[in-house]
Amino acid sequence: MSNPILEVNNLKKYFDVKGGVFGRKVGEVKAVDDVTFTVNEGEILGIVGESGCGKSTTGKALLRLIEPTEGEVKFEDQDITQLDDESMRKLRRDMQIIFQDPYASLNPRHTVEKIVGEPLFVHGMKSSEERKKRVKELLEVVGLRPFHASRYPHQFSGGQRQRIGIARALANNPKLIICDEPVSALDVSVQSQILNLMSDLRDEFNLTYIFIAHDLSVVKHISDRVGVMYLGKLVELADKDELYENPKHPYTQALLSAVPVADPDVIGDRVILEGDVPSPSNPPTGCPFHTRCPVAMDVCSEVIPEFKEDSDQHYVACHLYD
Amino acid sequence: MSDVILELEDLHTHFFTDSGEIPAVDGVSFKVHKGEVVGVVGESGCGKSVTSLSIMQLVPSPPGKIVSGQINFKGENLAQATEKRMRQVRGNEISMIFQEPMTSLDPLYTIGNQLIEAIRMHRKMSKKEAKRKAIDMLNLVGIPRPSEVVDEYPHQLSGGMRQRVMIAMAMSCDPEVLIADEPTTALDVTIQAQILDLMRGLNKEHNTGILLITHDLGIVAEMCDRVVVMYAGQVVEEGSVREILKDPKHPYTKGLIRSLPKIHEKEQKLYSIPGTVPKVSMEHVGCRFAPRCEYTFDRCFSDDPELYETDVERRSRCFLYDDNEEQEAGSHVESDLRS
Repeated sequence: MSNPILEVNNLKKYFDVKGGVFGRKVGEVKAVDDVTFTVNEGEILGIVGESGCGKSTTGKALLRLIEPTEGEVKFEDQDITQLDDESMRKLRRDMQIIFQDPYASLNPRHTVEKIVGEPLFVHGMKSSEERKKRVKELLEVVGLRPFHASRYPHQFSGGQRQRIGIARALANNPKLIICDEPVSALDVSVQSQILNLMSDLRDEFNLTYIFIAHDLSVVKHISDRVGVMYLGKLVELADKDELYENPKHPYTQALLSAVPVADPDVIGDRVILEGDVPSPSNPPTGCPFHTRCPVAMDVCSEVIPEFKEDSDQHYVACHLYD
Repeated sequence: MSDVILELEDLHTHFFTDSGEIPAVDGVSFKVHKGEVVGVVGESGCGKSVTSLSIMQLVPSPPGKIVSGQINFKGENLAQATEKRMRQVRGNEISMIFQEPMTSLDPLYTIGNQLIEAIRMHRKMSKKEAKRKAIDMLNLVGIPRPSEVVDEYPHQLSGGMRQRVMIAMAMSCDPEVLIADEPTTALDVTIQAQILDLMRGLNKEHNTGILLITHDLGIVAEMCDRVVVMYAGQVVEEGSVREILKDPKHPYTKGLIRSLPKIHEKEQKLYSIPGTVPKVSMEHVGCRFAPRCEYTFDRCFSDDPELYETDVERRSRCFLYDDNEEQEAGSHVESDLRS
């Protein structure tokens, strides 16, 4: 279990903000700011956070779909940020992504066979007979029927489309799949089908997932470990039971208490945070959370807290644990 | 129970499209009492939003049309009301907030302009008075520096702030019923908690009846007094929030609750309802949920179940609760359900 497949060190992604008559750089948005974590083989690492916290950018930067500004992404001990385009393309066999919107991520003009078969073609399966066979196999793996191969995306429901997206990601037997909000666009009854499918596939093909979502109950259900992001930074990372039972960072505590629970008997003490998430183009000094933190101290507005291990495998970035 | 303020009786709203007539709302009945929060839950396409739009007569027409049924509001049937009368009702006696705070405010007018328009539409007030009222309302919904925000444009506000403005606008004429259609779906959890807290406060202080439309059972548990569960255009179950969440009767409600990942429990495998929400059509015979239901018997495919009263103020659209159903079949399935 403790065999790291992906190591991320000090990953940063800054987007330039251009303005003025000459379109000069007038500032930058720190979408991902110094994120460090490792993912072990066969585990599911959940990443949660609110919109704009940089979780999707992190996911895309790991695959270099967005070029990281700084930092190291080591996949099986190889730093992929240094690879040229050709080697990166070869490596993408092993690293795949499933997107949030099953309506936008499938080409409406292609049949399912073409959509799922394309990664096979790109990575060397040139015989169309072989591809056809493999596509049918994949469709069955994700719970669709072989005859669906000749249909177009608009003929499927949201849940079925997400299954097609999963089949496409599985086509080349990847080792790591980044799932960017794969169930947020789906209804509850369909969402549970897809979550079950994903955990079954993990067991069957020994996959590793990075599961990005904003729904804390979904992330808890599927993940082994969970990381919490706020304003471009990872603020807490721990085993999921540890994180949900013993959250250390005040933001995690507030986030967990804000989730409405479908049980009238569970009415916990709610921490209602004041205000909004600050703009990432002008983040607060010191700890990014200090403007909304109920327990902020003087030091919080001055010094950026270090992301470090507080107890066994429980990492947190907060001055309370200095 | 206090007085019924809004009552829907056998409401049918159909859409007439090229591919035929679609009964989006198919015989929906429920009541909202004064000061009560009623939740309407269901998955996409179950007709919950069309129901709320029907109450306000905002269903796009054509293709939509209220075919039959009554919407009784303080002794008046709104389904028959004229457009002129509806303009007096909307925003004044019944107001509505929508899911998307981004698109429900006009980007070309300041926040103040839009609030003042709503207030002056229904109240005899000078512009100055209306502006003061607008600032008061913004203050009431917890917007910081309201006297400045009143002159700002929607794009200058965050999503949570915009939804507060929508609530301020909706509450500005002190309506008796507030319809909130997925008011927090577009917002983050911490902001959602703020907005729900605000709505609960307004409900308590002003005794406004709230019809809360949502797909999130967590929000229902926190906000509502009573719940109406919809599936494929029909009410399938109705009861108090505790009854629905703790002791659901209809197989669909049971399945829905079981398929939620629980944040406070550990479980290996999630339950899932097989299949997907069906497209409704006029020709449909039998229970709408039967193709996905695990307790079906022959009658489910041939007859339409009614809403059977199972207890006081508690109804379920399932033959399992039909007293005329042969006792044997009933008790057999009943024991299955328990195990």
